[in-house]
Amino acid sequence: MSSLTAAERVAVARHPQRPNITDIIGALFTDFFEQKGDRLCREDPAILGGVALYHGRPVTVIGTRKGKTAEESIRCNFGMPGPEGYRKALRLMKQAEKFRRPVFTFIDTSGAYPGLEAEARGQGEAIARNLMEMSRLTIPVIAVITGEGNSGGALALGVANRVLMLENAVYAILSPEGFASILWRDAGRHEEACGLMKLTAPDLLALGIVDDVVPEPEGGAHLAPEAAFRALDRALDRHLAALLKESGGSLASGRYQKFRKMGAAPKEEP
Amino acid sequence: MSGIFAKRRARLLAMKAIRDNYVPGDQLVACPKCGGESQRKDVAGNLSVCPLCGYHFPIGAYYRLSTILDPGSFRELNGKLPAADPLSFPGYREKQRLAQRKTGLTEAAVTATGTIGGRKCVTGVLDSRFLMGSMSAAVGEKITLAIEYAAKNKLPLILFSASGGARMQEGILSLMQMAKTSAALARFSDKGLLYISVLTDPTTGGVTASFASLGDIILAEPGALIGFAGPRVIQQTIGETLPEGFQRAEYQEEHGFVDAVVPRGELRETLERLLRLHEKGGRA
Repeated sequence: MSSLTAAERVAVARHPQRPNITDIIGALFTDFFEQKGDRLCREDPAILGGVALYHGRPVTVIGTRKGKTAEESIRCNFGMPGPEGYRKALRLMKQAEKFRRPVFTFIDTSGAYPGLEAEARGQGEAIARNLMEMSRLTIPVIAVITGEGNSGGALALGVANRVLMLENAVYAILSPEGFASILWRDAGRHEEACGLMKLTAPDLLALGIVDDVVPEPEGGAHLAPEAAFRALDRALDRHLAALLKESGGSLASGRYQKFRKMGAAPKEEP
Repeated sequence: MSGIFAKRRARLLAMKAIRDNYVPGDQLVACPKCGGESQRKDVAGNLSVCPLCGYHFPIGAYYRLSTILDPGSFRELNGKLPAADPLSFPGYREKQRLAQRKTGLTEAAVTATGTIGGRKCVTGVLDSRFLMGSMSAAVGEKITLAIEYAAKNKLPLILFSASGGARMQEGILSLMQMAKTSAALARFSDKGLLYISVLTDPTTGGVTASFASLGDIILAEPGALIGFAGPRVIQQTIGETLPEGFQRAEYQEEHGFVDAVVPRGELRETLERLLRLHEKGGRA
């Protein structure tokens, strides 16, 4: 693996040409059928989802969508979902469970959108509901942090049996700028924040937050996307094969135990 | 229950509760909402609610419990669970020590069993004096252990939220507590048990986006700020002034996210009534 600093990885993770959800679906899946809308209020383009084939097997694919052109970026709100996006994602996950399809989620977001309407329609409730419902799905769920995974807005798609990260992706409580601004009232100290936040893939692997790191080509996935997709495909295929051997009950309880252990106090018997 | 131990526990909670009475000011207390001045004893005797305008002062965890639980029924759960520093964050241990000295708490959450009107329940309270009631690994763990204890013993659960959101110094581990507590509630709910979430000022960030929003019944104290993103962040993002009353308890009730706004003086009675209404709700 390359030896970029945390701040350099943040820059790679945010690179405008970094492969996004549309590229990933194009490279790894076939016959993708997009499913829109939360059936309650509206369609949120910041989350893309639908059914597709993965090596011939029907699966549900969901991911946050950052645009590549200015026009596309505006349309999908720079990858910052509202509650409708999270509710659509939940609708698709429940549907996947009905049809016994595995779920893949791809996460690249600077966070849930902090807007007036998002709040009025229950941004917090939508995220909370996803966390709760994802924890008890009886199908394999694999999440991949592909770029930035910030805040509850990322976690709302991340309660999975396996959480993978691309080598230069970052996963954190919020952006380094936000972190520095809250902690030191100085967003300018974001590079210092990067060094302390333990947001890189190797750090999070060591902390037990992610299960596997997918290697990227030298300099980042945007320089050689084909090689990045091959590595991602190998990792997804391997983890899916292992999960497909488990029963629904074992998938749900395995997922529960995985998150139950995070930040647990050293065991003392009651 | 043995009378002498119940009395001792009642005294212990009363002593801790007195320490939690932290309405600012000496003899006279100025209300931050109406600006009116009241005698300290009048505010304290009114559950720390301004006698002039009804503003709800923030209150500490033990004091909260003393206003809700039957005297002598309080039994703390996992009171010794230590504060953690999972990322070895510079200066964090010192911050924890200062907060501990200021509040007498080990962390921002207190969990306990007790009775309300004779009905046993498990309760948890976040205390906003301890690093803004932010979600640390210890807070998430205490809340999860309380949920698991309630599930195991088939007891109703009542959680009082007051939180500024994530605990920055614990980074990603703070974030993961959202998943952990929500997953524990899924298992609790599958047993057919009752969870009442009470939102108090302020309930924001990761606490709103996890256990606080997942109650079978959600109550809120009048005027409490409830939201995911804080008003300052929203204002910076959209560049507009926010409407009057935005994200307050009454606004959330109007938008369908709160069952009822309940003044502090009616909270115990309301909880007692809800416990009574769900008495036969638990499946084996």
